Amino acid sequence: MFCCGVYGFITRKNMIAMLISLELMLNAVDVNFVVFNRFLFPGQMEGMFFTLFAIAIAAAETALAIAIIINIFRVTKNVDVRGLNEMKF
Amino acid sequence: MESVGSIITYVIVVLAMIVFSVLAVTTRKILRAATYLLFTLFAAAAIYFMLDYEFLGAVQIAVYAGGIVVLFVFSILLTSKPGDNSEKLTSKSRVVGLIAAIAMLGVAGWALVSRCANYAVRPAMEAPLMSDLGNTLMGTGSGQYLLPFEAVSVLLLACIIGGVVIARRR
Repeated sequence: MFCCGVYGFITRKNMIAMLISLELMLNAVDVNFVVFNRFLFPGQMEGMFFTLFAIAIAAAETALAIAIIINIFRVTKNVDVRGLNEMKF
Repeated sequence: MESVGSIITYVIVVLAMIVFSVLAVTTRKILRAATYLLFTLFAAAAIYFMLDYEFLGAVQIAVYAGGIVVLFVFSILLTSKPGDNSEKLTSKSRVVGLIAAIAMLGVAGWALVSRCANYAVRPAMEAPLMSDLGNTLMGTGSGQYLLPFEAVSVLLLACIIGGVVIARRR
Protein backbone atom coordinates (compact mmCIF):
# COMPACT_ATOMS: atom_id res chain seq x y z
CA MET A 1 0.00 0.00 0.00
CA PHE A 2 2.59 2.50 1.06
CA CYS A 3 5.28 1.88 -1.50
CA CYS A 4 3.10 1.70 -4.58
CA GLY A 5 3.19 5.43 -5.06
CA VAL A 6 6.94 5.37 -4.73
CA TYR A 7 7.13 2.66 -7.34
CA GLY A 8 4.90 4.58 -9.68
CA PHE A 9 7.36 7.38 -9.21
CA ILE A 10 10.40 5.27 -9.88
CA THR A 11 9.37 3.96 -13.24
CA ARG A 12 8.35 7.04 -15.11
CA LYS A 13 11.62 8.57 -16.01
CA ASN A 14 13.92 7.89 -18.84
CA MET A 15 15.69 9.73 -21.65
CA ILE A 16 15.22 13.44 -22.33
CA ALA A 17 16.94 16.12 -20.37
CA MET A 18 19.18 13.30 -19.38
CA LEU A 19 20.75 14.71 -16.28
CA ILE A 20 17.41 15.69 -14.77
CA SER A 21 16.10 12.21 -15.46
CA LEU A 22 19.23 10.83 -13.88
CA GLU A 23 18.60 12.85 -10.75
CA LEU A 24 15.02 11.62 -10.69
CA MET A 25 16.11 8.01 -10.91
CA LEU A 26 18.71 8.43 -8.19
CA ASN A 27 16.14 10.08 -6.02
CA ALA A 28 13.60 7.32 -6.61
CA VAL A 29 16.15 4.74 -5.53
CA ASP A 30 16.93 6.80 -2.44
CA VAL A 31 13.27 6.94 -1.51
CA ASN A 32 13.06 3.19 -1.92
CA PHE A 33 16.05 2.60 0.34
CA VAL A 34 14.52 4.74 3.03
CA VAL A 35 11.04 3.27 2.74
CA PHE A 36 12.27 -0.31 2.90
CA ASN A 37 14.53 0.52 5.79
CA ARG A 38 11.65 2.09 7.65
CA PHE A 39 9.18 -0.69 6.94
CA LEU A 40 11.26 -3.85 7.11
CA PHE A 41 13.98 -2.93 9.59
CA PRO A 42 12.77 -0.13 11.84
CA GLY A 43 15.38 0.89 14.36
CA GLN A 44 18.30 0.12 12.09
CA MET A 45 19.79 2.84 9.99
CA GLU A 46 21.56 1.10 7.10
CA GLY A 47 19.19 2.27 4.39
CA MET A 48 19.21 5.76 5.76
CA PHE A 49 22.98 6.01 5.71
CA PHE A 50 23.12 4.48 2.26
CA THR A 51 20.77 7.24 1.14
CA LEU A 52 22.91 9.83 2.87
CA PHE A 53 26.02 8.73 1.01
CA ALA A 54 24.07 8.40 -2.23
CA ILE A 55 22.97 12.02 -1.88
CA ALA A 56 26.55 13.15 -1.34
CA ILE A 57 27.82 11.20 -4.33
CA ALA A 58 24.93 12.45 -6.47
CA ALA A 59 25.88 16.01 -5.62
CA ALA A 60 29.48 15.39 -6.63
CA GLU A 61 28.48 13.66 -9.83
CA THR A 62 26.06 16.41 -10.81
CA ALA A 63 28.63 19.11 -10.24
CA LEU A 64 31.15 17.30 -12.42
CA ALA A 65 28.61 16.56 -15.15
CA ILE A 66 27.57 20.20 -15.27
CA ALA A 67 31.19 21.30 -15.48
CA ILE A 68 31.68 18.93 -18.42
CA ILE A 69 28.47 20.14 -20.08
CA ILE A 70 29.43 23.79 -19.76
CA ASN A 71 32.86 23.04 -21.17
CA ILE A 72 31.36 21.19 -24.13
CA PHE A 73 28.98 24.05 -24.68
CA ARG A 74 31.84 26.49 -24.66
CA VAL A 75 33.58 24.54 -27.38
CA THR A 76 30.65 23.55 -29.58
CA LYS A 77 27.79 25.94 -28.71
CA ASN A 78 25.58 22.91 -28.52
CA VAL A 79 24.13 20.75 -25.76
CA ASP A 80 22.27 18.27 -27.94
CA VAL A 81 23.59 14.74 -27.60
CA ARG A 82 22.87 13.85 -31.19
CA GLY A 83 25.01 16.73 -32.36
CA LEU A 84 28.02 15.52 -30.40
CA ASN A 85 29.71 12.86 -32.43
CA GLU A 86 33.33 13.69 -31.90
CA MET A 87 35.26 13.28 -28.70
CA LYS A 88 37.99 15.69 -29.63
CA PHE A 89 37.74 19.17 -31.05
CA MET B 1 -3.83 2.70 13.17
CA GLU B 2 -2.88 5.67 11.07
CA SER B 3 -4.98 8.75 11.33
CA VAL B 4 -6.99 9.99 8.40
CA GLY B 5 -4.99 13.18 8.26
CA SER B 6 -1.68 11.41 7.80
CA ILE B 7 -3.13 9.23 5.07
CA ILE B 8 -4.46 12.29 3.27
CA THR B 9 -1.08 13.98 3.59
CA TYR B 10 0.64 10.89 2.27
CA VAL B 11 -1.68 10.68 -0.73
CA ILE B 12 -1.15 14.34 -1.54
CA VAL B 13 2.62 14.05 -1.30
CA VAL B 14 2.78 10.92 -3.43
CA LEU B 15 0.44 12.36 -6.03
CA ALA B 16 2.56 15.51 -6.19
CA MET B 17 5.66 13.38 -6.57
CA ILE B 18 4.24 11.33 -9.42
CA VAL B 19 2.69 14.28 -11.24
CA PHE B 20 5.76 16.48 -10.99
CA SER B 21 8.14 13.71 -11.99
CA VAL B 22 6.06 12.95 -15.07
CA LEU B 23 5.91 16.64 -15.88
CA ALA B 24 9.65 16.98 -15.40
CA VAL B 25 10.40 14.44 -18.10
CA THR B 26 7.63 15.49 -20.48
CA THR B 27 7.76 19.26 -20.48
CA ARG B 28 9.54 20.83 -23.40
CA LYS B 29 10.93 23.88 -21.67
CA ILE B 30 14.09 22.78 -19.91
CA LEU B 31 13.85 25.40 -17.18
CA ARG B 32 10.38 24.17 -16.29
CA ALA B 33 11.77 20.65 -16.10
CA ALA B 34 14.27 21.88 -13.51
CA THR B 35 11.45 23.50 -11.53
CA TYR B 36 9.39 20.33 -11.57
CA LEU B 37 12.48 18.42 -10.46
CA LEU B 38 12.69 20.80 -7.51
CA PHE B 39 9.10 20.03 -6.51
CA THR B 40 9.72 16.31 -6.83
CA LEU B 41 12.73 16.58 -4.55
CA PHE B 42 10.65 18.51 -2.03
CA ALA B 43 8.05 15.76 -2.11
CA ALA B 44 10.77 13.18 -1.45
CA ALA B 45 11.94 15.26 1.50
CA ALA B 46 8.35 15.34 2.76
CA ILE B 47 8.27 11.54 2.55
CA TYR B 48 11.46 11.36 4.63
CA PHE B 49 9.91 13.67 7.21
CA MET B 50 6.77 11.57 7.35
CA LEU B 51 8.86 8.46 7.94
CA ASP B 52 10.52 10.10 10.98
CA TYR B 53 13.89 10.55 9.29
CA GLU B 54 14.12 14.26 9.97
CA PHE B 55 17.85 14.49 9.44
CA LEU B 56 17.59 12.85 6.04
CA GLY B 57 14.80 15.20 5.01
CA ALA B 58 16.90 18.19 6.04
CA VAL B 59 19.88 16.85 4.10
CA GLN B 60 17.66 16.25 1.09
CA ILE B 61 16.37 19.81 1.12
CA ALA B 62 19.78 21.35 1.74
CA VAL B 63 21.77 19.34 -0.79
CA TYR B 64 19.26 18.74 -3.54
CA ALA B 65 17.00 21.77 -3.40
CA GLY B 66 19.73 24.11 -2.24
CA GLY B 67 22.64 22.87 -4.27
CA ILE B 68 21.83 20.66 -7.18
CA VAL B 69 18.80 22.53 -8.49
CA VAL B 70 20.71 25.81 -8.32
CA LEU B 71 23.49 24.19 -10.32
CA PHE B 72 20.94 22.97 -12.83
CA VAL B 73 19.38 26.38 -13.21
CA PHE B 74 22.76 28.02 -13.65
CA SER B 75 23.86 25.56 -16.28
CA ILE B 76 20.54 25.82 -18.12
CA LEU B 77 20.74 29.58 -18.21
CA LEU B 78 24.34 29.41 -19.36
CA THR B 79 23.72 26.94 -22.13
CA SER B 80 20.38 27.89 -23.61
CA LYS B 81 18.45 31.01 -24.36
CA PRO B 82 15.38 31.34 -22.16
CA GLY B 83 12.24 30.66 -24.09
CA ASP B 84 13.42 28.22 -26.70
CA ASN B 85 11.83 24.80 -26.70
CA SER B 86 13.49 21.49 -27.24
CA GLU B 87 12.40 20.02 -30.52
CA LYS B 88 9.69 17.41 -30.67
CA LEU B 89 10.70 13.88 -29.93
CA THR B 90 10.61 11.43 -32.74
CA SER B 91 7.86 8.93 -32.24
CA LYS B 92 10.35 6.07 -32.33
CA SER B 93 12.29 7.19 -29.30
CA ARG B 94 9.07 8.02 -27.49
CA VAL B 95 7.73 4.51 -28.11
CA VAL B 96 10.98 2.93 -26.95
CA GLY B 97 10.95 5.04 -23.81
CA LEU B 98 7.32 4.22 -23.08
CA ILE B 99 7.99 0.50 -23.51
CA ALA B 100 10.99 0.67 -21.17
CA ALA B 101 9.01 2.62 -18.57
CA ILE B 102 6.04 0.27 -18.65
CA ALA B 103 8.27 -2.80 -18.48
CA MET B 104 10.05 -1.29 -15.49
CA LEU B 105 6.74 -0.47 -13.85
CA GLY B 106 5.55 -4.04 -14.37
CA VAL B 107 8.70 -5.66 -13.00
CA ALA B 108 8.96 -3.35 -10.00
CA GLY B 109 5.28 -3.52 -9.21
CA TRP B 110 5.24 -7.29 -9.46
CA ALA B 111 8.26 -7.62 -7.19
CA LEU B 112 6.70 -5.22 -4.74
CA VAL B 113 3.29 -6.86 -4.63
CA SER B 114 4.60 -10.43 -4.49
CA ARG B 115 7.23 -9.83 -1.82
CA CYS B 116 6.22 -6.91 0.30
CA ALA B 117 2.44 -6.85 0.41
CA ASN B 118 2.42 -8.30 3.92
CA TYR B 119 4.68 -5.54 5.23
CA ALA B 120 2.19 -2.82 4.44
CA VAL B 121 1.70 -1.93 8.09
CA ARG B 122 4.17 0.60 9.31
CA PRO B 123 5.99 -0.70 12.39
CA ALA B 124 6.39 1.65 15.29
CA MET B 125 9.73 3.36 15.59
CA GLU B 126 11.12 6.31 17.46
CA ALA B 127 12.81 8.96 15.41
CA PRO B 128 16.57 8.36 15.56
CA LEU B 129 18.30 10.73 17.90
CA MET B 130 20.90 13.16 16.66
CA SER B 131 23.48 11.62 19.00
CA ASP B 132 22.80 8.14 17.59
CA LEU B 133 23.21 9.53 14.11
CA GLY B 134 26.48 11.19 14.98
CA ASN B 135 27.84 8.08 16.67
CA THR B 136 26.88 5.91 13.72
CA LEU B 137 28.38 8.30 11.23
CA MET B 138 31.63 8.76 13.10
CA GLY B 139 32.17 5.41 14.79
CA THR B 140 34.67 2.82 13.68
CA GLY B 141 32.91 -0.25 15.03
CA SER B 142 30.79 -2.71 13.08
CA GLY B 143 27.78 -1.05 11.55
CA GLN B 144 29.36 2.37 11.81
CA TYR B 145 30.41 4.53 8.97
CA LEU B 146 33.64 6.43 9.52
CA LEU B 147 35.40 4.88 6.52
CA PRO B 148 32.67 5.63 3.96
CA PHE B 149 32.40 9.11 5.43
CA GLU B 150 36.08 9.76 4.83
CA ALA B 151 35.88 8.18 1.40
CA VAL B 152 33.03 10.53 0.50
CA SER B 153 35.01 13.50 1.72
CA VAL B 154 37.96 12.49 -0.47
CA LEU B 155 35.55 11.99 -3.36
CA LEU B 156 34.13 15.47 -2.90
CA LEU B 157 37.64 16.92 -2.83
CA ALA B 158 38.50 15.08 -6.04
CA CYS B 159 35.22 16.34 -7.52
CA ILE B 160 36.07 19.95 -6.65
CA ILE B 161 39.52 19.66 -8.22
CA GLY B 162 38.11 17.90 -11.27
CA GLY B 163 35.42 20.55 -11.70
CA VAL B 164 37.96 23.33 -11.55
CA VAL B 165 40.25 21.57 -14.02
CA ILE B 166 37.45 20.81 -16.46
CA ALA B 167 35.70 24.15 -16.37
CA ARG B 168 38.82 26.30 -16.39
CA ARG B 169 39.50 28.42 -19.45
CA ARG B 170 42.48 27.30 -21.43
